Amino acid sequence: MKRIFAAVAAALFAVMSFSACAGTANPDGGMARQPSGEGLSGSINISGSSALQPLVQEAADNFKKTNKGVSITVNAGGSGTGLQNVADGTVDIGDSDVFASEKLPDDKASELVDHIVCVVGVAAVANPNIGVTGITKEQLADIFTGKITNWKDVGGKDLQVVLISRPRSSGTRSIFKKYGLDGKDEKIGASLTEDNSGMLKQIIAQTPGSVAYLAFSYLTDDKTMPLMIDGVKPTYDNVYSGKYSIWGYEHMYTKGTPSGSAKSFLEYFSSTEAEKTITDMGYGLSSKMTVKRNAPEK
Amino acid sequence: MKTEKFKKEYLGRTVVTAAGIFIIILTLAIGAFLFYRGSATFTVNHHSVAEFLFSPDWNPADIGEGGTVGAAVFIVGSIVISLLALLIATPFSIAAALFMVEISPKVGAKILQPAVEIFVGIPSVVYGWVGLTVLVPFLASVFNLAYGYSVLAGAVVLAVMIFPTITTVAADAIRGVPAEYKEASYGLGSTRWQMLHKVEVPAALPGILTGVVLGLARAFGEALAVSMVIGKMQAFPAGLLSPTTNLTSEITADMGNTTSGSEWNNALWSMALLLLIISFIFILLIRIVGRKRRA
Repeated sequence: MKRIFAAVAAALFAVMSFSACAGTANPDGGMARQPSGEGLSGSINISGSSALQPLVQEAADNFKKTNKGVSITVNAGGSGTGLQNVADGTVDIGDSDVFASEKLPDDKASELVDHIVCVVGVAAVANPNIGVTGITKEQLADIFTGKITNWKDVGGKDLQVVLISRPRSSGTRSIFKKYGLDGKDEKIGASLTEDNSGMLKQIIAQTPGSVAYLAFSYLTDDKTMPLMIDGVKPTYDNVYSGKYSIWGYEHMYTKGTPSGSAKSFLEYFSSTEAEKTITDMGYGLSSKMTVKRNAPEK
Repeated sequence: MKTEKFKKEYLGRTVVTAAGIFIIILTLAIGAFLFYRGSATFTVNHHSVAEFLFSPDWNPADIGEGGTVGAAVFIVGSIVISLLALLIATPFSIAAALFMVEISPKVGAKILQPAVEIFVGIPSVVYGWVGLTVLVPFLASVFNLAYGYSVLAGAVVLAVMIFPTITTVAADAIRGVPAEYKEASYGLGSTRWQMLHKVEVPAALPGILTGVVLGLARAFGEALAVSMVIGKMQAFPAGLLSPTTNLTSEITADMGNTTSGSEWNNALWSMALLLLIISFIFILLIRIVGRKRRA
């Protein structure tokens, strides 16, 4: 009985928020009706990037504390799913690790408005027993393209390199390929594959000679070792200054200009409170970036 | 009176019929949907079925067209791992079924049967996790490998998972062998072992085969547990101890990160369709075997 009631309530809520959205979509650019957080209501549906999902969930929980009338659901499912859903109008916000133009055809991508909420750094991470703590960028590319197969070739132990990759569709992989390997493809058929970052960490920790890549937010213990690249440590200070180049934007896309509670929620990400959440959870502030990047040319 | 009769006669019948028809429609709808999405690779993106089935070149495009959709690595991975799992599980299953029915029915009913039932209830993620933390490091240390992710690890995990299916069906088949067969065999002076392997197992063979095919179908469709221990390396397995990948792993790994309508997404749907077709073939096999049994 309780469940049925909840389902009916959720359905009613969805209908109400839908009509609220329709009401604010006025022709002069979709200004929000509500000027501040007080009295906001409606629901925001979000799906997409699993790399960004923990942050969005945390931000949503905090946002709801001051905006009790707003309900926010955050689903992971992957960047492709998020972009697809927001383009189809089935969610209000689609999270993505990549620019929409990299996953969607031009006509669909051009309807979406990009909101960059933070940056995420990606580190090459190895099992601590390999005997080196840093490599050059060229060596990094040689390792992942299969030219270097033993750690002794980069000054480490005589130990076979065990590559652990992510599915080719992964957002983290596309950041790593573009900025870590300068666009070179990883060698096909030479690496194990794991997409779940937690599981990936376990595999690196228990496999001698293994190397993979993880978002900075997962670099929390010493069972895995982030590698210095050209002597630069993978930290956000180095990302901000432009010394460390393997990073990407985290995008939240809306279809057209956002309005109402979705707009307020997106604006919330630049508040001091949200910035603290962002850095606490291992993401980087886009406001501190001294370098900028644009969507890739096709 | 009239409503009473209505309740007794028609209400139950209507509900049952409706439920039956609903299931049929659901099955057909899923099949039609998979066919619709899965055929796009061939009709919209113009790849040949031969390329999909036999080429190892898997590199579909994220937007638009122009990639390659050879799924041979995944297909071979699925087949090799499932068959190996069957090879490991079947002898154990038949032995367990014989033990349960003939050799020690008491222990069988009290201990083995419940144990087998518990096996069925364990979620596949648990099998995968245990495989990942126990079996994979074990294989690595026994065979002195860099890692234990391998065809063998996947097959062993799957074997444990399909063991209860085959055992249960095989035990039913053995129970179904007429008592006269056994008595005649004993009457001719057979020992129990001779009776078992010369009379009872051959007589129950069609039923046992049904269990084997059911196990194979389950093995083929299992995604989670296998994908956790086979390493998901996009290459044909070089041996029992080398990693590979399979159809279900590839679908689960990439479905969320591709957008619907892209060549890549279509190719994943084609894989799903292939899984459906394969399971359909298995069902047909069971039917044919079952018919032989009755004849």
